[in-house]
Amino acid sequence: MAWLDNHLLTAVVFLPLLWALVGLLVPGGDKSAGARKAWTLLGSFATFGLSFLLYDRFQAGGAEFQLMEKAPWIEAMGISYSLGVDGISLWLMLLTTFLTPIVILASFTAVEERQKEYYFLLLALETAMLGAFVATDVFLFYVFWEAMLIPMYFLVGIWGGKDRIYAAMKFFLYTLVGSLLMLVAIFYLAYQHKLQFGTYSTALVDLYNLRLPGEGWLSVQAILFLAFSLAFAIKVPLFPLHTWLPDAHVQAPTAGSVILAGVLLKMGGYGFIRLAFPLFPQAVAQYQVAFMILAAIAIVYGAWVATVQPDIKKLVAYSSVSHMGYVVLGLFSLNAIGATGAIYQMLNHGISTGGLFLLVGMIYERRHTREIKDFGGITKVMPLFAVAFMIVTLSSVALPGTNGFVGEFLILLGAWKTSPGLAAISALGVIFGAVYMLWMFQRVMFGPLDKEENKKLKDLSFREVLVLLPLIVAIFAMGVAPNFFFRKMESSVDSFLRRAQRAAVVTPVAANTIEGKN
Amino acid sequence: MISLIPLFPLIGFLINGTWYALGQSRPGARKASAGLTGGIATLAIFASFLVSLQLFLQLHGMPEDGRVIEQMMFSWMKVGDFNLQMGFRLDSLNTLFTLVITGVGTLIHLYSVGYMGHDETPGKFFSYLNLFCFAMLMLVLGSSLPILFLGWEGVGLCSYLLIGYWYADTEKASAGKKAFIANRVGDLGFLLGMFLIYTTFGTLDFAQLKEVVMAGGHGALPHGVALGTITTICVLLFVGCTGKSAQIPLFVWLPDAMAGPTPVSALIHAATMVTSGIYMVTRLNFLYSLSPDALGLVAGIGAATALFAATIALVQTDIKKVLAYSTVSQLGYMFLGCGVGAYTAGVFHVITHAFFKALLFLGAGSVIHGMHEEQNILKMGGLRSRMPRTFLVFAIGWLAICGIPPFSGFFSKDEILWTAFSSPHGSTVLWAVGAVTAVMTAFYMTRLFSLTFLGQPRFQEAHGHDDHHGHGHGHGHGIHVHESPWIMVAPLGVLAVLSAAGGFMGVPHLSWLEHWLEPVVGAHHGIAEGVSPSLEWVLMGVSVVGAVVGITFALKLYSNLKNAEKLAQSGSGLHKLLVNKWYVDELYEAIFVKPIHALSKGLWKGFDVAVIDRFVVGFGRISQATGQAVRTIQTGSIQVYAFVLGLGLVATVGYLIYGLAR
Repeated sequence: MAWLDNHLLTAVVFLPLLWALVGLLVPGGDKSAGARKAWTLLGSFATFGLSFLLYDRFQAGGAEFQLMEKAPWIEAMGISYSLGVDGISLWLMLLTTFLTPIVILASFTAVEERQKEYYFLLLALETAMLGAFVATDVFLFYVFWEAMLIPMYFLVGIWGGKDRIYAAMKFFLYTLVGSLLMLVAIFYLAYQHKLQFGTYSTALVDLYNLRLPGEGWLSVQAILFLAFSLAFAIKVPLFPLHTWLPDAHVQAPTAGSVILAGVLLKMGGYGFIRLAFPLFPQAVAQYQVAFMILAAIAIVYGAWVATVQPDIKKLVAYSSVSHMGYVVLGLFSLNAIGATGAIYQMLNHGISTGGLFLLVGMIYERRHTREIKDFGGITKVMPLFAVAFMIVTLSSVALPGTNGFVGEFLILLGAWKTSPGLAAISALGVIFGAVYMLWMFQRVMFGPLDKEENKKLKDLSFREVLVLLPLIVAIFAMGVAPNFFFRKMESSVDSFLRRAQRAAVVTPVAANTIEGKN
Repeated sequence: MISLIPLFPLIGFLINGTWYALGQSRPGARKASAGLTGGIATLAIFASFLVSLQLFLQLHGMPEDGRVIEQMMFSWMKVGDFNLQMGFRLDSLNTLFTLVITGVGTLIHLYSVGYMGHDETPGKFFSYLNLFCFAMLMLVLGSSLPILFLGWEGVGLCSYLLIGYWYADTEKASAGKKAFIANRVGDLGFLLGMFLIYTTFGTLDFAQLKEVVMAGGHGALPHGVALGTITTICVLLFVGCTGKSAQIPLFVWLPDAMAGPTPVSALIHAATMVTSGIYMVTRLNFLYSLSPDALGLVAGIGAATALFAATIALVQTDIKKVLAYSTVSQLGYMFLGCGVGAYTAGVFHVITHAFFKALLFLGAGSVIHGMHEEQNILKMGGLRSRMPRTFLVFAIGWLAICGIPPFSGFFSKDEILWTAFSSPHGSTVLWAVGAVTAVMTAFYMTRLFSLTFLGQPRFQEAHGHDDHHGHGHGHGHGIHVHESPWIMVAPLGVLAVLSAAGGFMGVPHLSWLEHWLEPVVGAHHGIAEGVSPSLEWVLMGVSVVGAVVGITFALKLYSNLKNAEKLAQSGSGLHKLLVNKWYVDELYEAIFVKPIHALSKGLWKGFDVAVIDRFVVGFGRISQATGQAVRTIQTGSIQVYAFVLGLGLVATVGYLIYGLAR
């Protein structure tokens, strides 16, 4: 137990991978399919359980990074295996460990081919995602970041739909371009540390101390900031870098879509929080308005384009563009209300969009189509499904009482304090968000049940209810008691803002922000 | 204790909702009956009526200036200085609303037990109805704007669910969606108004806000706040009101909302939800009263809506549509009252309107029920003798809305008209618009009444004694009209009594109501200079005469339908315009819906696919061209392809690590 006490983060991060490796011992083939599923599910539950220990150990208002671990790795470059968790990554980790068992359970009937590899990759992916959230060394972060790409690439490319190759390549290309620039920027930072302090280092806490020239639009800070931001903006994805998302989502198997939307997109937001903002505060101030404008465009544009999608899954994918636009808007508001809202919105989006993808997956399994026009009147034959779908839809349109409202409300209020005009434009998402969701819901669920193939659809099975129930509980719990989540987040948001606003006194744009914060 | 008021309907919702869901999960399960589910729902709302009554009495026993009961429960959202308490505050204003909501609500629940008796999923219906009451009570009880907003959007949701209750009918489902979206447009204004309040005054709590705003003394601007800011706040919030309370330009959803079951129209789209806007304006009267421009806008929109909706109501043939436009029109009156600073008059009309309009809608429901789902008044007539009890109560509602003394509508409408004329914020024009609307109201309501109940039947009646099993309508031998069962008629009786006598709480110059509301809305604003108080009686006379003229004219005209048709033909252009509701829906379709839809499609195909993707794919092609050179390893198998890519990535990263480590 002593080892566990000192290496809790390592344990949480690598438990899924270890479990998956052991799982490889289960022989392939249909006979052992049940055992494999049970083993995988058990592993994801074990990780979820272990992450609760993490929640318990983490102290609100304590040190910035907690449960830290550090082991030398590539000493010459100052690269180390160092982990630590703060109030922001804590919740993102919990989101990951919460969603993983759900997608595994949801895959039981959806995936029939190459199950051995499939379940292995799901757990391996979990390790990569968790690792990225707790890495406190920039290079280690990069390794986990890239490692996520591989299982996701295979998940889309092997178990995906009919255009899976195109989608997987597009996903891969987009992300790779972004991350390569980030890698270069990381090396530059390590080198700067050598220049300024005498040794190479990629440790976050060291790099936070760097002094980089930040005057002007193309200062060192600005260029590095943009290099990081490109990687993160692609991941978020921020308009106009979003076009990989609809393809990847539509082609990915349900579990892939849920993880992609639920966790991988959050990597973008998390990257901004952990790296881009605190490392390059002056550049943030410089580009604050530009990013807020892009975010406002993303919110409205994503909603508009979602409205005209003929494919439900593509509609949900574009809704992600809109919802993640809120995250960027909140972060770049540079105040506590906006930032808290943005982080909360990341969790919300994981729950509600994850839920939508699961629901779409459930009717796809029954009908083998996702075209809206193939449905209509489904409520009649699937009343329970209708209830669940309605609740998740309400969360997506941010009805007060659900989680979505808390996020959107805080983000828009935070943005309003920084820029009322952009907040007002972004708030149009409140209208258009309802338009695309309710219109889709109506065409799928309401109206006459006039298609012969739909008349015999079966309502949710017990297993499917189990898949959806935790999400529905989370939707209301997070809508009614957000303070429970804020409590362990608060001081981390404060330190994030302190770092991100270091430059505030220098540039006029950010000076406004300080004033706005009070 | 206050929290019990919304708690009971919430419990009712949870019981019926869970029961419904569990019933769905076992297809063979016996269906819940309307009697049982409706009984649970009615008990829930009745319990909350009793609590409301108890609290009202408690407030009544308290000293005048201390009539506030507060209950703070927990912090809903806390981020830094921003701390939002989940709490309720009951004062002399919202205690009246809770009484109306739970009181009229109980009657409508009871009525629904009969009305929805043959429905397939009564559990679902009653759970929605209870959920609505919960949200509506949150709306009026909430101690701060965000809680009001929680209720505000909550009632919108229930309205959406209940309008589209018969979802298999695409038109009805669309009506629900339209309501939700029109309301969302308003809610955008509400949200921004809230934000501006928070950044200006630093609080969203009503009591604190009032304190901050009133700090400069009565009628003075708070220190350091520009009048323009206050006006902007009021206008933004009023945009929310035009959505929820169906005013120009967002009223278009309410007439369509009649697609819902009739008790829903009575409860949500007449008596309670649609008056939320009046509640909010009255709640924030201390802000509105600071800005003459904002008040002017409220009064102007109110008056314009009152008149505009009345013109449409003149020619509608669907019994519920007439009532719907009448509701829009009456809501306009209420805003007219608020807009001239006579908040009491606005609230007074909210209450009397809740009585008589609920009565009229439920009466219409009784007619529709008795006529086997017929809603066209041209196909009715002569129901007086066939549905005598419904006829009687409907007559009382009719006289009340026409403004015939001493029925309740007379007092409240007259109060609004007088203040529209006499208040410092009023004007002769506002009064004239209101008075003309009153005449039109008398006309179209009489038309409705006459075509439905008087004269000879214009439908084929079923003869013989097929008893009241005659629900198999459309057998080709006419319909068998029947009076509604007691469970529907009894609530109508109660509402009839209230509609007849409810006005006495606000008799001019002796108004109990005015005195009661003083702690919230301040003392009576008095009358503008140069207005003679004696004019009050003259104007009252004018409006009564106007109503009588409207009634007489309509009675005469519609005693023979041929005359009416002739009149319609003589002004066929105007008639067509009115029948088509001034083409407002078509206009919105043409300037908002279609262009945005086309733009969205254009952006998707023209930008996402044509520009961004082409760029990305082009980039990919270059890489591919490079790949051609090493064609031998191109096997065409995605797995191999992907594997090599993955391997390459690992190798690259590994090489970098290795290289750097040296």
